[in-house]
Amino acid sequence: MAAERITVYVDGAAVTVSANDSAASAALQAGIGYTRLSPITGEKRAPYCMMGMCFECLMVIDGVPSRQACMVTVRPGMRIERQTGARVLS
Amino acid sequence: MTQTADTVVIGGGVVGSAIAYGLAKRGARVTILDEGDDAIRASRVNFGLVWLHGKGDGMPAYGFWTRRSTELWPRFADELKAETGIDTHYVKSGGLSYCLGETEYARETETLQRMREQAERDPYETRMVDRGDLMRMMPGVTFGAEVLGASYGPHDGHVSPLNLLHALHTALMRLGVDYRPGSSVLEVTPAATAGGGFEVRTANETFSTPKVVLAAGHGIMPLMRPLGFEVEILAERGQIMVTERMAPMGLLPANGVRQTAEGTLLIGTTNEDAGYDVSTTPQAGASMVRRAIRVIPALAHVRVVRTWAGLRTLTKDESPIYEESARYPGAFLATCHSGVTLAAVHATDLADAIYNGKLGADIEPFHSQRFLDTKHGR
Repeated sequence: MAAERITVYVDGAAVTVSANDSAASAALQAGIGYTRLSPITGEKRAPYCMMGMCFECLMVIDGVPSRQACMVTVRPGMRIERQTGARVLS
Repeated sequence: MTQTADTVVIGGGVVGSAIAYGLAKRGARVTILDEGDDAIRASRVNFGLVWLHGKGDGMPAYGFWTRRSTELWPRFADELKAETGIDTHYVKSGGLSYCLGETEYARETETLQRMREQAERDPYETRMVDRGDLMRMMPGVTFGAEVLGASYGPHDGHVSPLNLLHALHTALMRLGVDYRPGSSVLEVTPAATAGGGFEVRTANETFSTPKVVLAAGHGIMPLMRPLGFEVEILAERGQIMVTERMAPMGLLPANGVRQTAEGTLLIGTTNEDAGYDVSTTPQAGASMVRRAIRVIPALAHVRVVRTWAGLRTLTKDESPIYEESARYPGAFLATCHSGVTLAAVHATDLADAIYNGKLGADIEPFHSQRFLDTKHGR
């Protein structure tokens, strides 16, 4: 049974993905390339293990930073954003 | 085959390494016998404060000794950096102990006053700061409503304990110290003739030495009696949490929370009697986090990455013990729970004293003899 198609926003751009997809998968489908910059080196990083182990896919999801995008299932209207550098405490 | 050394240091944690570093710099040919990665190693689990604050209540000598170490630390850190290229991340930032509510504030004020009066001159120079002061000192931080102020110690600071141990070990290699991991000491035997030195035996080797230093934390216990030492060392469990990396917050280190140079926050700690059990518990985690959030409410949104537990090497009065065996001169014992804070003074004054074979007036008060005087017992 094919999953429902929904729309999420990756760095502001609308992308239609399967309702079963993870936020990391949505980011990859959106073709944004890297999904965060390392807080130490500033290096570009992207999802790697896709199963919650490597913490490479940390993104800002619905305004909450440092979420493991591969472990978050998309919801209609979800905002998925690249994380730049270290999180700022606010 | 029996091997020889000028001094055998038993224990390669931050205490043994600092002493060995000082001895080697003075020209001694030193062998360190260390356990393996499964050792109970306080050096690899601690919070990383270089801390004068609160040390020596009831024993001003410990306050002065710690103050001396805080004075030596900047140069010690520079020296290690120059010799090894490893930055210990030491910063003499000043340090805080937060007070939540009036009772804590009053109690802390009283403690500072009491400790100041115990000493002939004040080694601490601590003072109480109020909420307004804290906001001026750390303009980027929003404090919880219960934070009335803190005690502030100008000589306090923090360091990466892992980098410190790494730097010490690297420096030891450069100085030609014979460092042997995986070499648990089974036995130290004084020679049959007085002044004949000691035989130190591991599973595979025997070392003959005129001087031996027991600096192995909890590992001292099974080795000390044949050398004429009789000290009591307690294990106290402390749990620490580490968060994700954050942008620098301009936070001064405090005894419950500090931001490392890498950006992570360390949140601690507990004082538990759990024998040699190094498990972590959700209860301890919850209580540490609860207090940290009462101090800085925005921490509620920060992700905790890991919690770990370690064992402090405590004496009954929490002050160090340094002594030379009366029965077997040449055998020294050094134990403390503040191996990081005291590393600088261990590498200089204590190493000097051991090198010269005489623990002088500044070190004498730390003899375990003090426990026979009931005033110091707990």
